Amino acid sequence: MRNRDKQAHEPPFHVVKRDGVPLWKSMTIRVLAVVFGLLLCSILAVFLIDANPVEFITTLFDGAFGSARRLWKFGKDASVLLCIALAITPAFRMRFWNIGAEGQTLIGALASVAVAYYLGDSIPNGALLPLMLLASVAAGAVWGGLPAVFKAKWETNETLFTLMMNYAASGLVAYFLLLWTPSGSSVLGALSVGHLPIVIHEYFLLIAAVLVLTVLIYIYLQYTKQGYEISVVGESENTARYIGIGVSRVIIRTMLVSGAVCGIAGFLIVSALDHSVTTTTVGGMGFTAIMVSWLAKFNPLVMIGTSAFITFLQQGSAQITTNFNIDSAFPDMVVGIVLFFIIGCEFFINYKLAFRKTSKKGGRAK
Amino acid sequence: MDKQVALEMKNVSKYFGSLAANKNVDLTVYRGEILAILGENGCGKTTLMNMIAGIYYPDSGTISVDGQEVVIKSPKDAFRHGIGMIHQHFKLVDLFTAAENIVLGVDDGGRYNIKEVNSRVSEIADRYGFNIDPKKKIYEMSVSEKQTVEILKVLYRGADILILDEPSAVLTPQETDKLFDVLRRMREDGKSILIITHKLHEVLSISDRVAVLRKGEHIATVETAGTGTSELTEMMVGKKVELNIDRPEPENVTARLEIKGLSMTDADGIKVLDNVSFTARSGEILGIAGIAGSGQRELLESIAGLCHPVTGEILYHNPKTGKTEDLRDKDPVAIRELGVRLSFVPEDRLGMGLVGNMDIVDNMMLRSYRRGNSMFVDRKKPGDLAKRIVDELEVATPNTRTPVRRLSGGNVQKVLVGREIAASPTVLMAAYPVRGLDINSSYMIYNLLTEQKKKGVSVVFVGEDLDVLVELCDRIMVICAGRVTAMLDGRNTTKEEIGLYMTKTERDSDENKGKESAQ
Repeated sequence: MRNRDKQAHEPPFHVVKRDGVPLWKSMTIRVLAVVFGLLLCSILAVFLIDANPVEFITTLFDGAFGSARRLWKFGKDASVLLCIALAITPAFRMRFWNIGAEGQTLIGALASVAVAYYLGDSIPNGALLPLMLLASVAAGAVWGGLPAVFKAKWETNETLFTLMMNYAASGLVAYFLLLWTPSGSSVLGALSVGHLPIVIHEYFLLIAAVLVLTVLIYIYLQYTKQGYEISVVGESENTARYIGIGVSRVIIRTMLVSGAVCGIAGFLIVSALDHSVTTTTVGGMGFTAIMVSWLAKFNPLVMIGTSAFITFLQQGSAQITTNFNIDSAFPDMVVGIVLFFIIGCEFFINYKLAFRKTSKKGGRAK
Repeated sequence: MDKQVALEMKNVSKYFGSLAANKNVDLTVYRGEILAILGENGCGKTTLMNMIAGIYYPDSGTISVDGQEVVIKSPKDAFRHGIGMIHQHFKLVDLFTAAENIVLGVDDGGRYNIKEVNSRVSEIADRYGFNIDPKKKIYEMSVSEKQTVEILKVLYRGADILILDEPSAVLTPQETDKLFDVLRRMREDGKSILIITHKLHEVLSISDRVAVLRKGEHIATVETAGTGTSELTEMMVGKKVELNIDRPEPENVTARLEIKGLSMTDADGIKVLDNVSFTARSGEILGIAGIAGSGQRELLESIAGLCHPVTGEILYHNPKTGKTEDLRDKDPVAIRELGVRLSFVPEDRLGMGLVGNMDIVDNMMLRSYRRGNSMFVDRKKPGDLAKRIVDELEVATPNTRTPVRRLSGGNVQKVLVGREIAASPTVLMAAYPVRGLDINSSYMIYNLLTEQKKKGVSVVFVGEDLDVLVELCDRIMVICAGRVTAMLDGRNTTKEEIGLYMTKTERDSDENKGKESAQ
């Protein structure tokens, strides 16, 4: 039974929790993670595309910021991503894992297109745009609100529910495309009405709108009573009960807001960029937005930085695929590797490894 | 008696982040002795023991068993060296019998033979005077029986160094006495017993020696026979402490809260409150005693409007308007809107009373954020309140914008009690308000409650330390399995009397036929 002869050895290292890491230190660790991630990517690039690391990095930056056109495109892509990330943030702060931003945005886009399609000829642009916005907001809110009602009333799993709603949205879009294209091509040509006016640059209004929205969401979460209630419910439903916050009410209200902002994103995509809709209009940004929000620890202002960073990686590495003529999966790989490093480094922010100090151990076997 | 060293720790340190949980601790345990590990909450007693039991690994220092240096990386290693720990929270499979739980995870190479296990368990139990049926399922057991199973589990694995983490916390005084008898028998059998505790009278009644820890450091190990309460307290706290609780006579006593025939069942249909009736009066402290989980939480949460009983009345006599309101079926907001100033310090501080990740100011707002018609929250007044509480109650914190989960247990409780008192309540309910607090903070909380009583507040105090209850409370209500078994005068009762009522229904088990325990 008892065996004292089998001597265990001291482990080579053990994990020790850190406490209260200063901001500069955690930021240094994060920056280092990004550097190491990019370094690994550039080493991979040597093997895959025979490009030297310096060339790799410069192409990355050139692709994202190399010209005025690229800079505007960068701003546009980052803004759309940011807008969707803003939308899911209230839900995430409430620990409501809304992974249905993809569908909520898509249904918002569909609503805008539908309004423009049916009413575009009969009313002026100035009246059409607000109507489109309203329809998108309503559609997004319904798509977000439905899972919330079920969660609040019957405790359904919000992750599954919101995920399924993505497919429902995509199915609806496919249906309407068939309806609107008598030829059966399912490709709806660009609408001639319902365009956002062009100020300074075709993307300017979009970028400005999203930045204003960022500040509004920040204020909503940080300084309003509703934002405070979201935080309390997210941190502890028991505390919410204790002070008499109606948890169901907050869940439903917050998801209505979350879905509505997704609707705004859908409206912006249609009125400022695509002027049409397909089943892939959102193109996975509803999921990338989750990363944007998480990396920023759900702080809308920090999300400006994280959405810009992810867009930079995507756009920069897309340039590499063009320049070196390689498979289009390369940008995904770069983003994946760098994110892996960033997420992995959180471990080193929270823990450190304590290594064995002495290599020789005392206990001799009896 | 010739003393033989069983276990020795030398220079052992353990850090959590920058916090030293244990710093250069030396400790010697002999065969055949009971060593009490005494210290305030958070002084590193459990961490130190966890390192012996293989839960934590020391950052530096050495541990020797029988004079030989050992490495203990896991509880399995600990068992190999004959060390077993009985944790505060039991780790048992409810659907298994006592014997099945005991044998679970034992790999002695032999075949699984439950009959043999049963008889071996009975044999060990008989030797030390445990009262247990090896075939009884865990879910049918009382807390004290479950603890017995945990101890037998360790003995079955052949441990001769036993560590018990606050074993009396869940027991009545009578059960504690029985446990101590068993421990003494084990000592006679040559086993070494380490018992973690912060209760001085227990230390004095059971241990041979006491090791005192303070802030992670080993202060001294002394012979129990040669020391006393005040010396031990001084070693624990680091300075002299006045251990008297002031209990002024109640003044202007009127009925404030009248509970009539309150009954409630939980989700499984089990009665958690059974026809509870009592009156809480202004200007006095009403203590509620009972084994943990006897319905204390449900009772207070019903009054606070967090859960809703099936039958009964909760009548509040408003001292301002003279009106009487029934609070049953009202939620906390509705209760507040009636002008009822009810404050509640719940048992689960960070999970219910406060939000751990929010700072002190935002936690102050919990009660008051709804005020005013603006859609924005006002952080100015809560900020002032936070500053005042930090100053007046001497909350140790870098500033008022520190998340409360970073504060120590005592400071967390000061923030919570401070906020609840700041609402100038007419009824103040506090559930286990000193659990996990150091001595100074505990006495500060007692004083705050007494101050509220002097202001004419009706204070309801749910406590676990019976010594404190008989010193602090004017009246003590005892509950057992959701029923009121006694209403005692705090000045004329003893903790033994309270202990008897705490298990009363178990004794006259006319109602709980299947559940009676072998007393």
